[in-house]
Amino acid sequence: MKKLLALALALIMVFSLCACGGAPVAEAPAEDSSAAEDSSAAEAPASENVVKIGVFEPLTGDSGAGGKQEYLGMQYANYLTPTVEVGGVEYTVQLVPADNASSADRAPTAAAQLVSEGVSVVLGTYGSSAAIAAGPTFEGAQIPAIGVTCTNPQVTAGNDYYFRICFLDPFQGTVLANYAFEQLGATKAYLLGELGNEYDNGLMNYFEEAFVGLGGTVIKDNFPLNNSDFTSYLNKAQAEGADVIFCPVAIAYSTQIVALAKDMGLTTPILGSDTLDNNTVLEAAQGSSVDLRVSTFYADGANPEFDAGFKEFINSSSENLTNNGGNDNIAAVSVMGYDAYYVALEAIKAAGSIESTAIQAALWDVQYEGVTGNIAFDDVNGDAVRDTAFIKIADTENNVWVSGGSQQVAG
Amino acid sequence: MQFAVSILLSGISVGGQYALIAIGYTLVYGILRLINFAHGDVFMTAGLILVYASATMPLYVSVPLMIIAIAALGFCIERVAYKPLRSAPRMSVMISAIGVSFLIQNFATYYTGGLPQSYPRLPFLSESVIIYGTSTKWVTIVTPFLVLALVVLLQILINKTKIGLAMRAAAKDFETCQLMGIKINSVISFTFVIGSTLAAIGSLLYFTNYTQIVPLSGSMPGLKAFVAAVFGGIGSIPGAVIGAFIIGICENIIKGTSFTVFSDAFTFALLIIILVLKPTGLFGEKVTDKV
Amino acid sequence: MSAVTLEKKSKKGSALAFLGVLAILVLVIVLENTLDPNKNIIVFTALKKGAVYALVAASMNLLNGFTGLFSLGQAGFMLLGGYTFAILTIPVAQRDSVYYIFDGSAINFSITEAMQNLMGGGGVGGAIGFVIGAVIALICAGLVAAFFAWLIGLPVLKLKSDYLAIATLGFAEIIRAIFQWESLGKVTNGANALKNFPTLASFNITNSNGEIVLRLSTFVAFAVSGICIWLIVLLINSSYGRAFKAIREDEVAAEAMGINLAKHKRMSFIISSFFAGIGGALLAMFMNQVQAKTFTSTMTYEILLIVVLGGIGSISGSTIAAFLYMACSEWWLRFLDVPTSFKTAGGYWAFVIILALAAVGITVLLVLRRRRAGARKFTEMWSAFVLGVVILGYDIYYYASATAKVPFLNSGFRMVVFSVIIMVVVLFFRKGLFGDKELSDVFRSLGRMKKTAPAQSEGGAAK
Repeated sequence: MKKLLALALALIMVFSLCACGGAPVAEAPAEDSSAAEDSSAAEAPASENVVKIGVFEPLTGDSGAGGKQEYLGMQYANYLTPTVEVGGVEYTVQLVPADNASSADRAPTAAAQLVSEGVSVVLGTYGSSAAIAAGPTFEGAQIPAIGVTCTNPQVTAGNDYYFRICFLDPFQGTVLANYAFEQLGATKAYLLGELGNEYDNGLMNYFEEAFVGLGGTVIKDNFPLNNSDFTSYLNKAQAEGADVIFCPVAIAYSTQIVALAKDMGLTTPILGSDTLDNNTVLEAAQGSSVDLRVSTFYADGANPEFDAGFKEFINSSSENLTNNGGNDNIAAVSVMGYDAYYVALEAIKAAGSIESTAIQAALWDVQYEGVTGNIAFDDVNGDAVRDTAFIKIADTENNVWVSGGSQQVAG
Repeated sequence: MQFAVSILLSGISVGGQYALIAIGYTLVYGILRLINFAHGDVFMTAGLILVYASATMPLYVSVPLMIIAIAALGFCIERVAYKPLRSAPRMSVMISAIGVSFLIQNFATYYTGGLPQSYPRLPFLSESVIIYGTSTKWVTIVTPFLVLALVVLLQILINKTKIGLAMRAAAKDFETCQLMGIKINSVISFTFVIGSTLAAIGSLLYFTNYTQIVPLSGSMPGLKAFVAAVFGGIGSIPGAVIGAFIIGICENIIKGTSFTVFSDAFTFALLIIILVLKPTGLFGEKVTDKV
Repeated sequence: MSAVTLEKKSKKGSALAFLGVLAILVLVIVLENTLDPNKNIIVFTALKKGAVYALVAASMNLLNGFTGLFSLGQAGFMLLGGYTFAILTIPVAQRDSVYYIFDGSAINFSITEAMQNLMGGGGVGGAIGFVIGAVIALICAGLVAAFFAWLIGLPVLKLKSDYLAIATLGFAEIIRAIFQWESLGKVTNGANALKNFPTLASFNITNSNGEIVLRLSTFVAFAVSGICIWLIVLLINSSYGRAFKAIREDEVAAEAMGINLAKHKRMSFIISSFFAGIGGALLAMFMNQVQAKTFTSTMTYEILLIVVLGGIGSISGSTIAAFLYMACSEWWLRFLDVPTSFKTAGGYWAFVIILALAAVGITVLLVLRRRRAGARKFTEMWSAFVLGVVILGYDIYYYASATAKVPFLNSGFRMVVFSVIIMVVVLFFRKGLFGDKELSDVFRSLGRMKKTAPAQSEGGAAK
């Protein structure tokens, strides 16, 4: 009997949550009439016409920080432009998030969740392996996905439903190798990545190719998953006399590496990819002599109007502030998320429909002048046509990024 | 030379930190025959608590507070998750331990929002020092001595005090010990409190070196510390400490070569080898299995 | 439990199970083709993942529940299976793009393609060839895992319970490191994912326009997993199975009865790993890619928890628990991750009141438990009140703070709730859903159960 009682209580607990959260904003549109007399009407869709945009991002897991910032950019865009006009009818845009927990085995279910919610188009994700795992799900359901910062070539290859608005790893690796060789005058580079992470290893590979091609030499190293001791690696880099340390690793690791470099008083330049363009990384370097340079999608201050508005949005709620890493520095991934949202709206407008197949057909020809530059897709894989990456340098005294110019690669 | 010194130094400091975790494993295993999988996560929680506590309180308040909180956490885990299963098969208790570890990790993910947390700078420990041209933190130097001191204290506690006697008795023969009128539950709780306190001190040293905490920060050091405990001979405190230093140093030597990939795998390979060749570990006593 | 009930399990049981599985398979095909594929995709995705995990959990149960060998190497064997399947089946033309970092693969051969060509390229023949190839690849996946199990089993199976657990866990970590090693990149693709191999969706039958006429992806997952589980059930009901159970109950006695301990343990370990390998291959097909970093010890723990939830020593328990687990963690509880607000005052009040009731209820329940365990004084029961007071305190605080926001809901909360549920099961319903009974036993003894349900757990102290 007592077991039954316990079970009953546990069930009550669960159901109380279900019942009360019963109609969470994300799950139920204004289908039932009771929602009309809603007290928190601000969050509920005002009209009957709703177009759902899926947000397929890691909100937990090792890329949680980046995923949250990307989502923040989309939320800001959604806040500025909450509606879209399709064929003369105004539709409310509703963002439907699904957490893929940065892992490949959770990605298909998160994607399936979005599909069954009936989203018209999907934005995301941060991190390529979840995107690769979810790609076929979107393809099978014929829902277009717009990759925001998944830079691995395999994401869009052979998948007509996966697009992306960012540059690719081969491009980024080459850009950084050129930068290291030409601007920093390095001839020996130490490459450090996470074992088993294809983002890291992909970039390192392209970097190596380009760097060796220019006449430099590289030393490659991998650290295991969840590693938290980087002393040996940095000491090795120093002992080998590397002129530059290239570590295109996830935020959780890069903060540790930068913090350690700060403590060791390392002056060798640390070169990072777009993942390092993050406030937590910047904070780790605060007040030190660490020479941190990252490549990124968006140069801070390029669009003061946007910057001011977004900062205000971040500061408007403590939750946003926490999700942005505790300060109001603008991460490039947020801006990319912002642009991705508008690209999706453009596509919906161009399609003149909220049917996902029509949007997919329209996406190929979408041209959009975003904050991060002009966005258009190539005809082969649906990759963004981009030829410029920006370099940012950490100003460790003032805890801000300063622009280090842009870097281009022909072709 | 410089490189060798740096590897040796970080090996010793990692080893010392593993040692503090390993003692917790070895004490608990000695008495309950339980691999306390949640121990590594308790270690991680210690780090997180200090992050949040030091944000509002000065360090001289938050550090003791953190140690007390972690001791209490260890106590609670034992009371809630292990004590009700005392008469259950060993596998059930171990599963409960895995469940607790799962819960702590998920809760930490929820609470931190999945964002890595920066560990506060501790005065003196976080400052840099240069040895043989290698820059390192004071914590590296302090760790082995602190570990040594704590081990001596612990040995005195176990060999000279009444509760230590009770712990030894419980480790020798659980049932008889109960018959002799020893309050076995208090002894076990006490063991968990000691283990957690040491893990808390270990976390102070460990996270001073590696300043970012994510919910999974504890699991790998935890497993490695357990391996160290097995390596040294489970139930033996000096064994656990020596095992931890050996593993810490070996691991860092491997990281210095081109076989970095295998630095974790090596620890486990070592474990399998020692288990097969000498299942009692380096210093373990020969125990006859209680059927 | 006792040997008598074990003997009772006749062939009727396995025949019944077979029929049940068959019925479910037919149902899956019908449902998948009649329901709207997009709206219900979450259902089928959860079902597919459930099927994969059911197989892996059943294979783990064979080892942990039926033979009493506590192994935590499951993820390692799944990894072996997943990689073997992928390496054998990636189409030759795709290899260069998949192994782009290593300039192509060392193995330029695909079983599915070879079989397709053997059966005449396209059309029906090609499809049959494809299926045969996939089946061969699946079996190879199992065999590779089994081979490694044999290899690792030589030294580690001599170890006792927890030592075995930690040694197999370590082995899984070693395997993972080896597969991520750059030097083997031509075969394993190093750290990078293998993709473009046949996935579950490849089994959907399409017409010449590429439109899907018959959806079979969920069916394939169910069929493979169902056949394997059926084989496991057959094995358990055979004389080998009885030997396994004898070893679990008492090794010394089993040996005295003439059971060769080493041989049977090895056999159980190898067979369990074989099915784990097939499970890994299925998981790879489900994930559309395979990457070593997915197969961490967390995955093993997850499978172990499924086994525990279902009941250690019950295959039907593991199967049903796997589906429940996946449905909860990937689907039903997902709303917990999304911050939201109460829509009506009624919901708000219901929440406040239910929370208060839960606080009182939990306290009462805990006090009752303590009393039954013999506690009488307040000092022995105080901890029972703490939880209630904390919950009640929060309830009052929440009411006082006067927000309409549903508390707690945020990313990550789903997994917290989920792990709390697991802890409750582990602590209070130690036998799991089925204990060591099977579905057929449950039906049979449903009437009798009521009388014998209480007072089972505490009584059986050691010896």
